[in-house]
Amino acid sequence: MIELIDTYWLYFLVGQYPNGPLGGLALTVILAALGLVLALPLGIAFGLARVSPWRWLRWPVTALVFVVRGVPLLMVIFWAYFFLPSVTGHKTDQFTTMLIALVVFDAAYLAEIVRAGIRGLPRGQMECARSLGLSYGRAMRLVVLPQALRSMLPSLVNQFVSTIKETSLGYIIGLAEVSFIATQINTQVFTRPAEVYGILGLTYFILCFGLSRLAYALERRLARRGASAAAAREVSA
Amino acid sequence: MIELQHVDKWYDSYHALVDVTETIHRGEVVVVCGPSGSGKSTLIRTFNRLEPIQSGRILVDGQDIHASGLDVNALRSRIGFVFQQFNLFPHLTVLDNCTLAPIRLHGLTRTQADERALALLDRVGLAHKARAWPSELSGGQQQRVAIARALAMQPPLMLFDEPTSALDPEMVGEVLLVMRDLARDGMTMVCVTHEMGFAREVADRVLFMDEGRVLERATPGDFFDRPQHPRAQQFLSDIRSPFARSSLTTP
Repeated sequence: MIELIDTYWLYFLVGQYPNGPLGGLALTVILAALGLVLALPLGIAFGLARVSPWRWLRWPVTALVFVVRGVPLLMVIFWAYFFLPSVTGHKTDQFTTMLIALVVFDAAYLAEIVRAGIRGLPRGQMECARSLGLSYGRAMRLVVLPQALRSMLPSLVNQFVSTIKETSLGYIIGLAEVSFIATQINTQVFTRPAEVYGILGLTYFILCFGLSRLAYALERRLARRGASAAAAREVSA
Repeated sequence: MIELQHVDKWYDSYHALVDVTETIHRGEVVVVCGPSGSGKSTLIRTFNRLEPIQSGRILVDGQDIHASGLDVNALRSRIGFVFQQFNLFPHLTVLDNCTLAPIRLHGLTRTQADERALALLDRVGLAHKARAWPSELSGGQQQRVAIARALAMQPPLMLFDEPTSALDPEMVGEVLLVMRDLARDGMTMVCVTHEMGFAREVADRVLFMDEGRVLERATPGDFFDRPQHPRAQQFLSDIRSPFARSSLTTP
């Protein structure tokens, strides 16, 4: 085990870098982080479109969400890999392909989380904001979304954790992320698959667990404002 | 100040407002009462276009509020609206609840807005709660903050939609007192309420509604002591002595 780690740790972490393209765990982290950063705003935009009063905005996005949700991620990756180049005319590299697939796929799921978060608020919040004279956009941005995002946090984290694990599907199109590298190592060592894949599993676990804990801490910090005050009042009452 | 001309509203096939024609003058305090489902809330929600109407016209300050090109946000910013459920924004402090709209819509600086809000919070007796979160307040306090928040836009007209119906009985008084003081300062007010004591003491005029129609319009004195319409008589006797209702006494 020690010997295995000793020999391959750098390859596992960064792939062939600096002698070749960046890969390994570093690539997985970058892919996941970029995926989250890009999918979240797109997901919020899709979610807003899903609850929008304007049909021309609501319908196409609703259709997109239903289509994406109805196919496996693997299929979306294949589309991005084989179909996208035939449309754009030039070949997209594996990283961008995977990133596009991840962002589109996750944004569709995030859209539903955002929609549920907004719908879950009392109708009076939007109504009241509008009655003060705030426009729909401002009411959404200043009153509805801040509350909705807070209540969505656990579901968002769930989706983010999925995103981290979904990056492993990059293996299918030969992206040198950490699962791909692990498989390469396994091919070279050949005799110790349990250990190689054990380490791979542990790596994903640490990433996901870390994110969950981070989000939980954030959740607690946000809840400390309004909610704890309410709890204190209930105890004293 | 508000003029309704033959206003009709349907919820699908349900006729919620039936040919309502009514004028509310500047400085007037009007109480709208009637049994539940009679269209009282619907009526005042049409004044700032929270509810669309199907026919008729509503003029606020002589301006048709359904005219094309009318800025509905500007219209609403000139009409304070107080909801039954308070609807304070729970993610903002009491002070921020009161400064949000003035900063965004009147272009006030934070300092100016804070000053205006604190003066109003003081008026409703809650200046000391400015830094509190809405969840830390009682229902009565929340509703008073909601009134201060509406006043922070300095509207010449205030609408109250059953402002005390969601409150525990002991908190009703503090909200009504704030409303009474507001009325005494000359605010134009339309209040949907079941608080008949408030109506008698504060209102200039009472509108009685049933089944989407305004059946009676009278001074509080006339309405409570000499109701004309049989439905109004029934309504008043029901709220005065609920145990005398035939539906309760006969098995």
